[in-house]
Amino acid sequence: MKKAGIIMIIGSLLLLGLFKFPLWNIMLGAPQYPDPLGMNIHITGIKGVHEFDIQNIDGLNHYIGMKKIPKPEEMWEFDVFPKVILGMVILGVVIGLLGIFKKLSFRWFLGWLILMSILGVLGMYDFNLWLTEYGTDLDPNAIMKMTHPDGSPMTYKPPLFGHQKMLNFDVDSYPHTGGYMLFAGMLLTLIAFFVGKREWKTQKI
Amino acid sequence: MKKSVLFIISLFMSATFISCNNSENSKNGDRGALASSAAEKTYVAPGEHDEFYAFISGGFSGQLSVYGLPSGRLLKVIPVFSQDAEKAWGYNEETKPMLNTSHGFIPWDDAHHPDISQTAGKLDGRWVFINGNNTPRIAKIDLTTFETTEIIEVPNSAGNHSSSFVTENTEYVVAGTRFSVPVPQRDMPINEYKGNFKGALTFISVEPEEGHMDIKFQLMMPGFDYDLAHPGRGKSHGWFFFSTYNTEEANTLMEVNSSQNDKDFIAAVNWKKIEEYVNNGGGNKVPANYAHNIYDEETHTATSTMKKEVLTVDPLEVPGAVFLLPTPKSPHGCDVDPTGEYIIGNGKLSADLTVHSYSKMIDAIENEKFDGDAYGIPILKFEDVLAGTVKQAGLGPLHTEFDGKGNGYTSFFISSEVVKWNVETQEVIDRKPSYYSVGHVMIPGGNSAEPFGKYVVSMNKITKDRYLPTGPEVTHSAQLYDISGEKMELLLDFPTIGEPHYAAGIPADIIKPNSKKIYKLDENKHEHATLSNGDARVERDGNEVHVYMTMIRSHFTPDNIEGIKVGDKVYFHVTNHEQDYDVPHGISMIGANTSELLIMPGQTETFVWEPKQPGVWPFYCTDFCSALHQEMQGYVRVSPADSNIELSWSLGED
Repeated sequence: MKKAGIIMIIGSLLLLGLFKFPLWNIMLGAPQYPDPLGMNIHITGIKGVHEFDIQNIDGLNHYIGMKKIPKPEEMWEFDVFPKVILGMVILGVVIGLLGIFKKLSFRWFLGWLILMSILGVLGMYDFNLWLTEYGTDLDPNAIMKMTHPDGSPMTYKPPLFGHQKMLNFDVDSYPHTGGYMLFAGMLLTLIAFFVGKREWKTQKI
Repeated sequence: MKKSVLFIISLFMSATFISCNNSENSKNGDRGALASSAAEKTYVAPGEHDEFYAFISGGFSGQLSVYGLPSGRLLKVIPVFSQDAEKAWGYNEETKPMLNTSHGFIPWDDAHHPDISQTAGKLDGRWVFINGNNTPRIAKIDLTTFETTEIIEVPNSAGNHSSSFVTENTEYVVAGTRFSVPVPQRDMPINEYKGNFKGALTFISVEPEEGHMDIKFQLMMPGFDYDLAHPGRGKSHGWFFFSTYNTEEANTLMEVNSSQNDKDFIAAVNWKKIEEYVNNGGGNKVPANYAHNIYDEETHTATSTMKKEVLTVDPLEVPGAVFLLPTPKSPHGCDVDPTGEYIIGNGKLSADLTVHSYSKMIDAIENEKFDGDAYGIPILKFEDVLAGTVKQAGLGPLHTEFDGKGNGYTSFFISSEVVKWNVETQEVIDRKPSYYSVGHVMIPGGNSAEPFGKYVVSMNKITKDRYLPTGPEVTHSAQLYDISGEKMELLLDFPTIGEPHYAAGIPADIIKPNSKKIYKLDENKHEHATLSNGDARVERDGNEVHVYMTMIRSHFTPDNIEGIKVGDKVYFHVTNHEQDYDVPHGISMIGANTSELLIMPGQTETFVWEPKQPGVWPFYCTDFCSALHQEMQGYVRVSPADSNIELSWSLGED
């Protein structure tokens, strides 16, 4: 299971990309913003795509009563996520190494992937909750109160994934480099599982 | 006598003949142009950018305007020598020092000749220099911000006309005096001008990084009038050429008395030689009094320093550095072609263009072929330096620019036309009328080693029937010709600011990428900046009150101020906290004897208000900034001088 173990280790290590590259990106473009404003969501906090984007997004959101974009210390996620990712990297590497030395079965690779997927889904769920909260919990004294045609108050939750038109803004929400590295890493661990399975069988025979 | 009368008559007849021809051509040309592609060639679709920037001086407006070519759209008016209420230039405390001179605060000048900085003879797009004619000054405009960042006054000078032209690596910008004056200035009879007045040709060094200017030396020339100038380039790099008139040294009824000599001079100055002389301790330091004003981008504040000394050089002290090239007849433009070989003298009272040869000049100097001297300065023989003459090209040649393909384009004021001619063969190729009375012409890069010869712009003094009438005062204009083909084609004319005296053009791509979008707040080192809202405050110091205010969409902090008294001098130091492109805010105060402020993102500006009546007086944002711009306002309570209301300020408290 040498090959599988190496793939498993590489796959796990790809998660380290999240410490450098953003996981997700949300861009806000409008006619008067030919260079769209943007947020890069890192596991350690939210950063503007350009130097003053966060300040300018906050400035715009102020009109409709949205809260300011949280600083890293204002959300527990930015404390916990890096630890979880680091933990999973270490776990993945250890599993990979043990796999190479045939100390454990290829099923552990799948186990890691399932755990990572559960954590990922939880992360997305949490992210979506935050987006919902951010986009709907509006200041009652907001300058502008927009309503839908049916009279219900308009909310401004950015899309979890994909494109959405919000007032005059085109909002695009997609994974970024760190996110793609995460998916690639997870895919590699899946491959490691199948390769390991084959290696396991040939070994047995 | 009879002969000359006949000659003049024939000259005017031929000119009339030429211009008749022109007007017919032009009608056809106009029609053809309208029917065909002129509109397409100048059309820049919504949202698209022009190909060139044109910096067109505002002449008597004292400013520099920025146009896009080929559309002719006005993009900005950059305040330089004149107060500009639109931008608070010369009104706010930060820029008032920029207009300081040895004569005090002078909020006007006559801005003539912009020139773009060069590296190795090519436009580098870092700065534009422009001269103030009336109270001699040279200004430098930074092309990252399009703001005037430095102005240096030129002592011993008057009518600073033969400037501001730069050498091929922007080593120097020159400031030649148009009027010769007594140096040092003194009380003396005017009719003793001859032999007593001096003409200062000032070489201002430009520091290569920041562009700071400093007068390196003043060459004290005979008392002629120095009209225009151009640097040598390539092989003639190291030389500077100045056209002269009034070599008669007349002091009255100049139109006649200064036009007697058949030939005036182009003064050829070997500045490298003089620089060497000066670097070796040559020249005389003499007392002077002139202002050097610098605007600091980090403090957003100008400082004015009075300088007390200037280094002068007598041309006779540096043999072999200055020569006079006879040139008919009262030459105006003095233009050097891109190769550096040809120096064109545009005798404005002549029908011919004089083309001097640099190599022939050097040869004549080496062989000492002199034809006398003027105050000890050798005069070269006309025939020995002449490369050729463009015969009967038109009437009143003023200025020549080059297309980089071997052609010159000369403006003719009297016959009101632009003439294309071959620099090598001196043959006229094409002529087109201008509407009307063209002064200078401009080809982007046309006075550099690398012209961008796609368009020529003529700058016209008179417009008469070209636009809707606007009373006795009608706009001046510029005209755009396509020069990409053999024949010129008139594409467009467009109105201009003030008097479009002279211009410099440059491909947009050289400047655009460096254009600054905001000033960073955390780099703001203004003495009175308020970098966080928590620091917004009001302080009293005797009867001076300093308001430290911030602005962001869509409120001021503070917006209620009490405790101001009649007789106070209230300084509003206002910092724009935006960090977003194109979001300036303004502020003005009722009854302030100044202008509004227009503050760019991250900048701090200051104005003074001296309340004269008790009351509650509003201030507001003057630049439409957001949907809540109209709400961006506040109040100042002014109490009688003897009241004891405590100074207080607030935002968001009832």
